[in-house]
Amino acid sequence: MGANENSSAKPRVRPIVRLGIFLISHSNIVSLVCFLAGVVALLLLPVLAKNTYISENALMPGSANNMLSTHHVSDANKFIKDLTDLEFTSMASPIESQKLIARYMSALDAEVTFHKFYPQFSQFHPLHFFTSPDSGIISKNGTCSSFGVNTIGIIRAPRGDGKEAIVLVTPYNPSKVGLGEAVSLGIAYSVFLLLSRVTWLAKDIIWLVADSQYGEYSSVAAWLREYQAPVFHKVDVVTSEACNESSSFNELGQGLYLDGKLSGDFRRAGTMAAALVIKVVDQGNQYEDSLNIYAEASNGQMPNLDLINIVNYMAVHKQGLRIKVKKMWSLIDSWWLNTLGVIFESLGKVARSLNPQLKFGIPASDYVEGAATLASSLYYQGLGVPTGPHGAFRDYQVDAITLEISPKVSLTKLNRRNEFMLRGGRLIEGVIRSINNLLEKFHQSFFLYLLTSPGKFVSVGVYMIPFALLVAPLPIVAAYLHANGSNSTPQNPSSSLEVDGSHKSWEWLNSARKVLVIHLWGVFVSLLPFFLRQVPNTTLTMNFVLWGFLSIFSLLILYLTLDCPIFKASASQLEKNKWTSLKSVTISTAFIGLSLMSVINFATAEIGALLIVPICLLARPLKLDIQARSWRTLLRASCNIVLGFVVFSPVSFVLLKGAFEDFYGINVGDYWKWVESLWAWNSATYLYIGVVHLPCWALCIHILFHPC
Amino acid sequence: MQPMALPPKATFPLSLLLLLPLLLLSLVLATSTQQEEFSEELLLKPLPDRKILAHFHFQNEAPLDADSFARHHHLFPKSISQLVQKFHIKAMELSFTQGRWNYERWGGFDPISSHNAKPPGVELWAVFDVPPHQVDASWKNLTHSLSGLFCASINFLESSTTYSAPEWTFQSALGSLRYGTLPREAVCTENLTPWLKLLPCRDKAGLSSLMDRPSIYRSFYHSQQLHLTMSSAASDGSRSGIILQQTLTVVLQPDDQNADMNHVSKAKVQPSWSLSSIFGRKISGRCVLAKLSNVYLHADRGLVAQLENLHKNTTQFANNDTGPEDYRVNSGFKLSVTPKRMHTELGKGSSILYEYPIKDYKDTEQFDLGLSWEHPIVWSSPHAPFYASRFLMGSGNERGAIAISLKSTEMTQGLVTNNIEERCKLQVNVLQVVPWYVKVYYHTLQLLVDERPRVLTDFVERMRVLPSEDKVSPGMMELVLQFPCEMKSAVLSIEFDKGFLHIDEYPPDANQGFDIPSAIISFPDLNAGLQFYDKSQSKSPLLSKLQEKSPVLSYTEVLLVPLTTPDFSMPYNVITITCTVFALYFGSLLNVLRRRVGEEERLLKNKDASKAVFLRRILNKLSAKLRGRPLESTSSPSSSSSSSSSSSFVSPKLILRVLLVAGIAIAWQYYSQ
Repeated sequence: MGANENSSAKPRVRPIVRLGIFLISHSNIVSLVCFLAGVVALLLLPVLAKNTYISENALMPGSANNMLSTHHVSDANKFIKDLTDLEFTSMASPIESQKLIARYMSALDAEVTFHKFYPQFSQFHPLHFFTSPDSGIISKNGTCSSFGVNTIGIIRAPRGDGKEAIVLVTPYNPSKVGLGEAVSLGIAYSVFLLLSRVTWLAKDIIWLVADSQYGEYSSVAAWLREYQAPVFHKVDVVTSEACNESSSFNELGQGLYLDGKLSGDFRRAGTMAAALVIKVVDQGNQYEDSLNIYAEASNGQMPNLDLINIVNYMAVHKQGLRIKVKKMWSLIDSWWLNTLGVIFESLGKVARSLNPQLKFGIPASDYVEGAATLASSLYYQGLGVPTGPHGAFRDYQVDAITLEISPKVSLTKLNRRNEFMLRGGRLIEGVIRSINNLLEKFHQSFFLYLLTSPGKFVSVGVYMIPFALLVAPLPIVAAYLHANGSNSTPQNPSSSLEVDGSHKSWEWLNSARKVLVIHLWGVFVSLLPFFLRQVPNTTLTMNFVLWGFLSIFSLLILYLTLDCPIFKASASQLEKNKWTSLKSVTISTAFIGLSLMSVINFATAEIGALLIVPICLLARPLKLDIQARSWRTLLRASCNIVLGFVVFSPVSFVLLKGAFEDFYGINVGDYWKWVESLWAWNSATYLYIGVVHLPCWALCIHILFHPC
Repeated sequence: MQPMALPPKATFPLSLLLLLPLLLLSLVLATSTQQEEFSEELLLKPLPDRKILAHFHFQNEAPLDADSFARHHHLFPKSISQLVQKFHIKAMELSFTQGRWNYERWGGFDPISSHNAKPPGVELWAVFDVPPHQVDASWKNLTHSLSGLFCASINFLESSTTYSAPEWTFQSALGSLRYGTLPREAVCTENLTPWLKLLPCRDKAGLSSLMDRPSIYRSFYHSQQLHLTMSSAASDGSRSGIILQQTLTVVLQPDDQNADMNHVSKAKVQPSWSLSSIFGRKISGRCVLAKLSNVYLHADRGLVAQLENLHKNTTQFANNDTGPEDYRVNSGFKLSVTPKRMHTELGKGSSILYEYPIKDYKDTEQFDLGLSWEHPIVWSSPHAPFYASRFLMGSGNERGAIAISLKSTEMTQGLVTNNIEERCKLQVNVLQVVPWYVKVYYHTLQLLVDERPRVLTDFVERMRVLPSEDKVSPGMMELVLQFPCEMKSAVLSIEFDKGFLHIDEYPPDANQGFDIPSAIISFPDLNAGLQFYDKSQSKSPLLSKLQEKSPVLSYTEVLLVPLTTPDFSMPYNVITITCTVFALYFGSLLNVLRRRVGEEERLLKNKDASKAVFLRRILNKLSAKLRGRPLESTSSPSSSSSSSSSSSFVSPKLILRVLLVAGIAIAWQYYSQ
């Protein structure tokens, strides 16, 4: 309110400024309202989800009749039989099965090549977070003995100009071919067989049989690296004399080079339009044949919604597959979500009774399902770790999804398997045909969305609102605190005017320095695991403990060395304002951090805002609250303590994990493992936790225990 | 590859040429009818991957007179001769292509792959006989005329951003050659029909009657070409006539009768075919206007070598190889019609050409050449010394790189063994044209030979670079490289930045990406022509074309570069937001300029004093009562200022108004249903 006295001299203030002043002066109520509205809006998202629709007209899914027939499937069955027999008869090298696949591919007049790669074990590159995966990151420690071999078949479109290509990926492990993998290869083979004969093909088809011995992702990523960013002078990278014993690779091509269809060099086929990863999971306890879609790539990037739409359309309307996306199963049974669902349902009914045109409100069960899917969608996008080999494609701006098909009954029954393969093959055929129709690349539909069911989505325009509401109080409160702090200082009559005035106006710089130091500490903490990894023979728990210990130790050192003079100075009568300005700067940095993160990975920012915003708003020295001794301040103090505990990232990780899975068997090493996976995948979430979340939490705790 | 060579026999008898100025006009007409010549030929060639190459070759010759502009031709298409006259064309080649030539399987070291394998879309080059400053104008006019003539968007080549003037790749040109491609042009019957109209018999009679549209457009590759050259007189080398060569090259797959889908293990027998099975038609007779009408069957070197092997293995066949019966009953395949003549190439492992003159067949009898394979034969077509491929590197919308990779084939290994004593070098010419929005940095040109980075100057003999100019001209790079023959692989890479286009410069379907036209790789040291024993003093234009000395030429793939594209609905949004910003800006500016705050204050005071705002006072009173606070003195000017401004937002007055409006709205909504 102090601002008003100043401005009273001025006769009239512009309405927009007045509005700002009003908001700042009522920051408490505004922040409460905004935060609550943000949470409510987040909970409303499943209700606000729209039905998906195919935005690109050129796709025309399902407009052509399926050409895949039982002949193709029976041929594919023969292929599967050969592949599985091979494993039983000759327990020879895994090379044999790759040879077999190559032979089958070349019989279809496809160009076949083998791609040998050294698996690149995921490593923490502290400085490689936002760089595109370029050729500079070639692993130099890949041993020569352990290499994988991808088999690639390319069908050239008969009359196409070869500028674009569609990629089919089937990961499989040549040393241990499971029935599911064999069937996925069989489905891909039946489609490949069909596509080698059709006349309508406009884009080349690449079938990548990815060697998943060293992980599905790494083999696909290695192939993509070779495709998009090849290194020509390989001789220097891998010392040649050590790798000469890879004769087993050289014998691969024998007998096939003859036809001129197989060539030693790497083959390419234009710009990739889309990629489909096909997997078959042999579970056999489903109600019906079902299809799981995995779409999340690194840092919450999603393929174009149209790709999911056509898969959804083809699967549901043409093949009658039950389509699924990931859900948080633990949420489905939670009572609070069910109650919320019921509330929203009844609200919807009320709204509809007022006006039948209001399409608000969905059945409670739908709401719960949608919320569970949304939560998982949000979580996996926020995690920033790709959910399958399709993630490698997104790094090169190629739209890709993983289709995981699971049959109703076990695949060992042959005639049941035929029908299953026919359906799977027709689905893939339909999707490929639809992408083949595409003249331009995928651009019509959304790239930023959350799925609430396979057929429903929340677009960026809607899910931005909760985030905006969540972070909106931060600048207001910061401004309020700043204004309040600077205005209340003149109340100290003792201090000399000019010294105090200059001190006061530059005071925030002092706090800013403190905040900066803490954020630098955050950077240091996030770099620590890189050094800890170098220590050999450590368990996960030990690593975690070591990490925590070193972090605290470094924090203490920082306090003792850097902050000492500041603490001494702050012991003066300006103490009271010290914490407000500190809080104001903290909140500002949290706001900046969250806003930046929302650009990089929106889901992370949304989850992060949900966690960090309450404590940032509420933080207040406990001493002051306890001194006041009213029930309000005590409640606030206890809230602060609980929040301060919960928001600490390992604790919140354990709590979330316990809430969604089980508390049983959780140990602190899990957190280390989780963090390890984050940095191994170069997820920006890791940086967010280290550089924004943790320092903000530490500063809030600092404010809580501020001596005033 | 400029075919400026003479046809085997001079079209103008020398004496006639000397007499020509002396003769009367009627005589000129009479002689010119004799000199206009048309020939039709078809070359068939089995390809190693179970496909058939059919190459139609129509040649039309006409004398060129000073006054022939207005003259009527008998056989030669008038539109073409007018074109030549008007734009002073020395040579020209226009090709419409669909599909890609598979250099690996269909060969890259024969005249057809060098002349008739073209990049997808339209390719046009022309040499003009005009002063240098008029070349561009002639080119532009020519593109428009051709565009009208062939129902194609060749007129897009008019823009200076689409054509360039290479100097070394096409040999004959010296500054007056222009070259342009349209990789995205779709080719269909609408382009074929005007092309057929140029033939004297169209597709009504003769070999062109084979051109069944569905079977041609079902092919794996088809390229229709129009090639114009000037024939020069034998005496003084002056221009004397126009030679128009029209070719159609089709790669077809014959229907496989005994095709089972699983031939994984067993060796494949090539499918047998006949003209009627691949085209769905037979040749009912020759075009009567044609001087020559022949069908050839070509067995290339690899096939002949395999056949000979087979022949040696199967001992039951006698070893005498002369006499026409043996062509028919070959050990490898069987021909349904006995060839009239056989041409064999000079040297060991030579290819064979069987000749079938059509004129011998009566109109009632139909000519249907068939070939049935006896044994599975696997062979490979001759390859160019290096197999060239081109690809893009990098990702994202910012930058990338183009890489041209050359891999040696079995052909270079042959070269190495041949000359051991002297250091064998192989010249490779590279022509790369890039559109201006792909901003190539020529200093980043890198050369890797056998996977090791090398200094460029060690290999580059000559280099000609024309950097692109934004929105004016494309970038062009011509390289003459000398590689050692024993080289296994070479990679040329060059980096580029992706430019931005203005919103109205985007073509339709801009989100597909932008094409970089094919690079041309040529090997000028090598001769793609075939040398036949010239027993019969052959007059066939096709044979002379095959025997012509010409460099080996190959095209790389067309590349697709994704560029940043705006959201094309964005202009609307931009207009809206700009208008809003302008309205706000001008509104506030006007406000500042016009309003005098002091004056208003005074006015307001007066108004308050005169109690003009009666309602407001009432409301103020009401609110004061509701709040239970004494009425503020409305006379004080500060009360209306910001001190009460904060509370005025939640004033009951406001709430009342909102409630009133909401109530009306609800009532309206409820009763309107």
